[in-house]
Amino acid sequence: MPTVLEGLFFYLLATIILAGAILTITRRSAVHSAIWLVVTLMGVAGLYLHLHAEFLAAVQVLLYIGGIMVLFLFVIMLVNLDEAARQRQFNRQWSVALIATIVLMVEFGYFVWKGAGAFTFAEGGGGSLAPNTQLISMALYRDYMLPFEIASLLLLVAIMGAVIMAKKQI
Amino acid sequence: MLPITTAHYVFLSAALFTIGVIGVLTRRNVVIILMSIELILNAVNINLVAFSKQFLSVNGQAFAVFVIVDAAAEAAVGLGIIIALFRNKETVNADEIDLMKW
Repeated sequence: MPTVLEGLFFYLLATIILAGAILTITRRSAVHSAIWLVVTLMGVAGLYLHLHAEFLAAVQVLLYIGGIMVLFLFVIMLVNLDEAARQRQFNRQWSVALIATIVLMVEFGYFVWKGAGAFTFAEGGGGSLAPNTQLISMALYRDYMLPFEIASLLLLVAIMGAVIMAKKQI
Repeated sequence: MLPITTAHYVFLSAALFTIGVIGVLTRRNVVIILMSIELILNAVNINLVAFSKQFLSVNGQAFAVFVIVDAAAEAAVGLGIIIALFRNKETVNADEIDLMKW
């Protein structure tokens, strides 16, 4: 019974994610694209819960949907996209994209044809994901201290860059 | 129904990545190209978290946090560039922005 429910949730979330992603890249209006992207991100957050990554699911909702998507919607409102929505939506290089997609699809098809037996991953160590937030904080602040500080520096530089870029006169 | 293995998550991640690549390569609207990049970064995150569960190690989730930080920085700078671009050229179509082509 738990296996059936697990499978059901996975396929439901996968459908939501892929449908939202396809609608994101095909809608004419950028606002509609942003809304469908929110649906996709919600699906990914559900998938994180499914994978026992509760902290990341919360971060996904707070930061991606609450932060980044609001930023996107603000810019869509600031920039006049009405004219762009009336024009041709896809560029002339779509044939190159088609070739790239076909290569990926062939790869896909090969692995689906071989089945899940094509993947043999190493077994996990004796670790645990149980107190999720506690373990992530331990990893971030102890094992990955230097990358964490670099990431904070990156954010600071990005904020200053964004302000300078969007300012009329510096 | 078959149990859900790590391979399932890898397939889903590959599909999401493909959709993101199609969006980046074919759309003209710069805002939607940035959204496609977010899709690609999410595909990467699904992989990291799936393998974190496979190996029962939290390191993958810690790196997913770094990827999210990168996505935030990229979105902020990218949208700042779009605003500056729209102010100067009055367009958001990627193929009309050819000032630096030969």
